[in-house]
Amino acid sequence: MRDPVADINGSVRGRAALSVEGLTMHYLTRHGTVRAVDGVSFGLEPGGSMGLVGESGCGKSSIALSLMNLLPDNGRLISGRVILGGEDLLAMDSSEVRDFRWRRIAMVFQAAMNAMDPVYRVGDQIVEAIQNHGLETRKDAARDRVARLFDVVGLARPVMTRFPHELSGGMRQRAMIAMALSCEPDLIIADEPTTALDVIVQDRILRELKRIQQELGMSMLYITHDIAVVAEVTERTGVMYAGQLVELGDTAQLFRQPMHPYSGALLSSFPSVVGEKRPLETLAGEPPNLIQPPPGCRFHPRCPLATDICRTVMPPRVEFARGWAACWHPLAGEEPDPELVAEEAARDGA
Amino acid sequence: MTVPVVPGPGVSGGGPGGWDFPEEAAVPGRFGVQLARLRVAWATFRGAWAIFAASRIGVIGLVIIAAFALFALAHPILMNTVWDRSVYDPITGYGFDEFEHPAPPSSTHLLGTDSLGRDVLSQLMSSAGSEFLLGITAALVTVVIATSVGAIAAYYGGVVDALLMRLADIIIMLPTISLLIVLTALFDLNLMQLALVLGILAGFGGTAIILKSQALSIKVKPYIEAARVAGGGHIHIIFVHIVPNLLPLSLLYMMFTVTGAIFSEAVLSYFGILNIRMSWGIMIHTASTGGYLLGGVEYWWLIIPAGASITMLCSAFYLVGRALDEVVNPRLRRQYDA
Repeated sequence: MRDPVADINGSVRGRAALSVEGLTMHYLTRHGTVRAVDGVSFGLEPGGSMGLVGESGCGKSSIALSLMNLLPDNGRLISGRVILGGEDLLAMDSSEVRDFRWRRIAMVFQAAMNAMDPVYRVGDQIVEAIQNHGLETRKDAARDRVARLFDVVGLARPVMTRFPHELSGGMRQRAMIAMALSCEPDLIIADEPTTALDVIVQDRILRELKRIQQELGMSMLYITHDIAVVAEVTERTGVMYAGQLVELGDTAQLFRQPMHPYSGALLSSFPSVVGEKRPLETLAGEPPNLIQPPPGCRFHPRCPLATDICRTVMPPRVEFARGWAACWHPLAGEEPDPELVAEEAARDGA
Repeated sequence: MTVPVVPGPGVSGGGPGGWDFPEEAAVPGRFGVQLARLRVAWATFRGAWAIFAASRIGVIGLVIIAAFALFALAHPILMNTVWDRSVYDPITGYGFDEFEHPAPPSSTHLLGTDSLGRDVLSQLMSSAGSEFLLGITAALVTVVIATSVGAIAAYYGGVVDALLMRLADIIIMLPTISLLIVLTALFDLNLMQLALVLGILAGFGGTAIILKSQALSIKVKPYIEAARVAGGGHIHIIFVHIVPNLLPLSLLYMMFTVTGAIFSEAVLSYFGILNIRMSWGIMIHTASTGGYLLGGVEYWWLIIPAGASITMLCSAFYLVGRALDEVVNPRLRRQYDA
């Protein structure tokens, strides 16, 4: 028999790294093809955490769905690979993928309020997931495991026998986290898990999520539009704009010195509790229509630094210490030389 | 190294790699849990009953149904105690005490006798049981089929949905009674077979469409997506997560199906084309073939008891259905202004 404590410990098997390569995903709509995710690549080492921030509609949640290989009917994966522990998730057949979901990648949902079936008891829903994925075959063993999970997330054990509507928002979110942990996944995707909660509960949940993630050695991808949350829980941060990853770097560094003008604009639109008072800056304009994205850099219509080259040529990745940004005129460091970039592109093309 | 984790908000405990769980954490005993569940169930029931009872019509319906149920239960008891089988048997009995039949109500035959000398009250009571059997069987068959069809059509969509819904359209389009007349002419249907046919027709017909529309709204709920993310298969999601959420509405349409089934049986029996020995419809059929329907109200005991029973039992189930509708659908509830 497996020892659940040792399993939860993460000491039984090593956890796997996630690597996303050139992920491109489109939605087919009546008005045309929406390029929701366009060539997104990033990696996440075992036990690492990464935040994905951006405005509504920039493709954050579409990435989460693609990682689960769970697209809506009109969603199409165009290209890219999602590799977890050496296996390409997007190349699997449906029964393999079903076993992969939750067992290897679990998700904490945006709407925890409604992410539980109202007709079953909270504990039984988690038991169901554990049994269906074959972690425990006997019901009382699975129950026992749920009880321990509840201890981990800070819920009283009797809550197991409650129905979802009997729990408060915070309790439901904790139960949701317990459910995500139930099969000891390698990766937890948290899609705005604290959006509907008040700031105090939000803070508690975030701290516990971070603590659990670190101590159990799981990777976590944290998707949110709240950049302050990312600062609190993740080691690395990716900034998305119009379906593309525009900047990826160390969280602390990104907050100290953003490189992409969009990241800079995003940061200056949030108030800082410490530090001097300053007027909040807002970014003029709207995110582009993803059916016909603007040529060149997608941010150029709203960018104060935009020049001619931004309007015509896609910007290259500018590497800097512990991160990169895709921009012709990064806020710090050296600007890329258009001629060198063109040469390189020609060489890659040939 | 193991450090006990103290469960609680915002408490970080346990060294890296060290998880220990407090064993003494309170889990209520099995008995305590059962008791709590019973209490919750009772509270839920009382809340629902208050809404049900507030609508009067539901209570009236329930009283009528209960009265007919007692009526049906009383018949075998009476037959075995006070009623002489040779006189009071609903099919083979004969009222030797009367000179001519049909005889009007008297102290020995409370609702008189029919043209063949049989006791009308006994016929009425013996039929009540089979009407219940027919109505409830048909309703159960309907609900099982309609719930599955609705959930499957809503979940898969596309071709499956189109096929099932067009089938439902065809069934709705067909004139039910005419279709049943043809079916009974082709096959010698008895009570259970009729219940099955009625259940299948309703199950694949209109009820399926209504339940599908409800299933569509359940399908897009986050917990269904959560179930998919958790690796649930199609069948698992349909029958473990969609169907249980459909059941309140299914129950409601069960009530309406009972009404339809009893009504259809009465019509078919009146035409005398069912392989049933006694029912309210057959009682009216007997009166009709003897020419007693033409006599106005002179032979009222041949027509009114059976006719009123059909009407009352059908209405009773319909009324209960309407009252349940208010329990299930909050928008129909009355507003209680101070």
